[in-house]
Amino acid sequence: MIIHVTDQAGENHELEGLEGWRVMEVIRDWGLNIKAECGGALSCATCHVYVDPAWTDAVGKPSEEEEDMLDSVGDVRPTSRLSCQILMSDALDGLKLTLAPSAGKD
Amino acid sequence: MSTEITTDVVVIGAGPCGLFAAFELGLLDIKCHFIDILDRPGGQCAELYPEKPIYDIPGFPVVTGQQLTDNLMAQIAPFSPEFHFSRMVNSIEKQPDGSFKLTTDADEIFYTKVVVIAAGGGSFQPKRPPVPEIEQYENKSVFYAVRKMDDFRGQDVVIVGGGDSALDWTLNLQPIVRTLTLVHRRDAFKAAPASVNKMKELVAEGKVNFQLGQVAKLDGEDGQINHVHLTTEAGDLSIPATRLLPFFGLTMKLGPVADWGLELNDNTIVVDTEKFETSVPGIFAIGDINYYPGKLKLILSGFHEAALMAQAAKAIVSPGERVVFQYTTSSTKLQKKLGVA
Ligand code: FES
Repeated sequence: MIIHVTDQAGENHELEGLEGWRVMEVIRDWGLNIKAECGGALSCATCHVYVDPAWTDAVGKPSEEEEDMLDSVGDVRPTSRLSCQILMSDALDGLKLTLAPSAGKD
Repeated sequence: MSTEITTDVVVIGAGPCGLFAAFELGLLDIKCHFIDILDRPGGQCAELYPEKPIYDIPGFPVVTGQQLTDNLMAQIAPFSPEFHFSRMVNSIEKQPDGSFKLTTDADEIFYTKVVVIAAGGGSFQPKRPPVPEIEQYENKSVFYAVRKMDDFRGQDVVIVGGGDSALDWTLNLQPIVRTLTLVHRRDAFKAAPASVNKMKELVAEGKVNFQLGQVAKLDGEDGQINHVHLTTEAGDLSIPATRLLPFFGLTMKLGPVADWGLELNDNTIVVDTEKFETSVPGIFAIGDINYYPGKLKLILSGFHEAALMAQAAKAIVSPGERVVFQYTTSSTKLQKKLGVA
């Protein structure tokens, strides 16, 4: 399955992901600019992405804990999600998202 | 006057791998001092995920970051390592006799034969919000911590965030500032309910302005801000301000380590896999901060690295002394050191 990721520089990448992987892991594995400092423990918010509006329903809403974590970045939008909290699945094949500035390595 | 401390080993970073290094060094009769930027032991385990379960520590089907830290502290207690918290190592200089001189931002000087860098992802630093050109205002009118309350007296202060730091400083600074605006992206706070209530009272009394939104842009000159621009659901808004305090928590940055002349590989320190020594003999690096082919950033790998590093450190601390390899299960000598025999 494929996800389409636009990085902070505006460049588009088509990434191959595996069922059950976290979207963060796919992005990190392909070497894009994502810090993902806590490794997916929902403790850092440095895996912050904006989900394409066409995909927000399929991806779903952040949990209460994820909302709390999103308080620690300064660039939240209505489509914000932490990519370590999104699991790859058939329903998300073709998912489109953009890396938030706050997800970048310095 | 700076405080001067002379020791055998300084461990930079009191996370799990650094802590375990004190155990392995202690078995070899080497005493160590810890320096850590946080105010308590545990590193990432304490700062990022104290309550999160870890499942891959050998012998522990599940353990939280805090439990692991507490256990390690108990395990190394017999060796009474000394801890220097809330400071950062600024520089490491090699001395003519091969030892090292370390300076910290707390005005201390350490003279040590061996340096062990166990700094994980680097040092924890405040998260910088993605606001254009914020750097040029930092430490002049934008601060990530309140060091001197007086810097805020009579100022127009904007505090950003919804956690305990943002709320606490809203309450503490309100009596001395000219105006105070608390900015948060939503009307929900992850802070002590008592502080939230107190803040709401101040808002009701008109002493604090609460504004939903996020900082988009700063206006000012020569490091001095004069307006903070916010994006809010109702549109853009500009607030006159002379001080900005963003509180978005901490993140790890390599920091001064980058300037110590060590060979690096993409923000990690290159080491060999026999001694876990860096490109500078006598400086070792263990845990998440090091790099070698096949490296896995796992706590258990760091423990192994600590054990091998300790052997090599012993050769530097006590040159010529023969080290007999022993097990804690059978050696009364080791058991005496641990206080169990
Ligand atoms: S990787 Fe830390 S919250 Fe997602």
